[in-house]
Amino acid sequence: MAKITYHTHDNKTHKIDVQNGLTVMEGAIQNDIPGIDADCGGGMACATCHVYVKEQWLDKLPAKEDGEEDMLDMAFEPKNNSRLSCQLIVSDELDGLEVNIPSKQG
Amino acid sequence: MNKTDVLIIGAGPTGLFCAHQLGIIGLNCEIVDNLDKAGGQCIELYPDKPIYDIPAVPECTGEELTNNLLKQIKPFNIKFHLNERVEELKKNQNRWNVKTSGGVEFDVAAIVIAGGVGSFEPRKFPVKECEKFEGNSLFYSIKDKSIFKNKTISIFGGGDSALDWAIELSNASKVNLIHRRDGFSGAEASVQKVKEFHEQGKLNLYTNYQMDTVLGDKNIESVKIKHDEGEIKEIKSDYILGFFGLIMQLGPILDWGLNINKKTVQVNTENFETNVNGIFAIGDICSYPGKLKLILSGFHEGALAARGCFKYAKPDEKLRFEFTTTSKAAQERLGIKK
Repeated sequence: MAKITYHTHDNKTHKIDVQNGLTVMEGAIQNDIPGIDADCGGGMACATCHVYVKEQWLDKLPAKEDGEEDMLDMAFEPKNNSRLSCQLIVSDELDGLEVNIPSKQG
Repeated sequence: MNKTDVLIIGAGPTGLFCAHQLGIIGLNCEIVDNLDKAGGQCIELYPDKPIYDIPAVPECTGEELTNNLLKQIKPFNIKFHLNERVEELKKNQNRWNVKTSGGVEFDVAAIVIAGGVGSFEPRKFPVKECEKFEGNSLFYSIKDKSIFKNKTISIFGGGDSALDWAIELSNASKVNLIHRRDGFSGAEASVQKVKEFHEQGKLNLYTNYQMDTVLGDKNIESVKIKHDEGEIKEIKSDYILGFFGLIMQLGPILDWGLNINKKTVQVNTENFETNVNGIFAIGDICSYPGKLKLILSGFHEGALAARGCFKYAKPDEKLRFEFTTTSKAAQERLGIKK
């Protein structure tokens, strides 16, 4: 279990306990957090689960696979701290992770 | 006016198999899709990626699955309307009048929405100023490349479309290619060619830059691009092209009076009919308790929706359940000669 904080573009903060093994994307979808569409359902094929990761967490996350960076090319306003939340699998190590959800996904 | 029993919206695997099920029970249908080919997400998002969970097919790619489904419905000679998006539905007594973006009209007894996550639309620049130039000097696809001759074109993106057009247009235009990072997702051979052209001065390559803003009055005059580190460059441009792939939008479906929740249409699980009589929804676009977004679920939903259409298409007839192994009628419809 890890506590994940989702900051949405309406300036609201959602602190959610997400079970280990789920993805950060699934944690958002299951708790109706707005702004993560996840159109392709986690297949790394759409870039609509794009989030900005709080800087101090960047090094602690598993490295991107090739396909993730390619999909981020398609994301809405990608930055250096952009990740696809469907590729972030929750574990105890991610307890305290904070992500910002962009103002829109496409 | 195209008159048929059922209109299927969406030519993905679910829509294609539903057409098969309609054909087996003796109903006619036509299919509309916004893309230029059948296959939906299978073709647009992952044509080469293998799928491992189609029953009795241990492994196949999205493209193979599409081709096999097309082969399976070949006996029914189904008419496809590609590059068309359904815009309007109107109830006309017991039937529906449907109109597409290209002005094609249908008169049908029932409608099956197999629209996936919506229709594919080009992903646009996040910069607001882009809107006023769109379709005039800023494009997300190219219809007539002759307009670019001897002009300065700024192309954004790092995939195959961006690379291929940069190479192609550099023959007769001054091309700037701008991409947000050093790596590219396009084919390696094209990446090499772009880098070679850049070294030879045949095109200008700007990596680690993204669009900042567009300047111009009626037409684009220049574009400002911003480096990761904050430096801003202004480059003269007559045209801007953006190639960021496609995104799925629900579009006009939202206006048809259907119960919609989180981009999906609510249906019953008896025949996958929506809250509107005569409109069915199957595949990724439908939702019900226990919904799994798998292709195999879409096949099941399509089989039941097809049978649900029967009472609207042939109100005076009764549908009898039959197996294709033994049904003479079904085999005749499949064109099987014994």
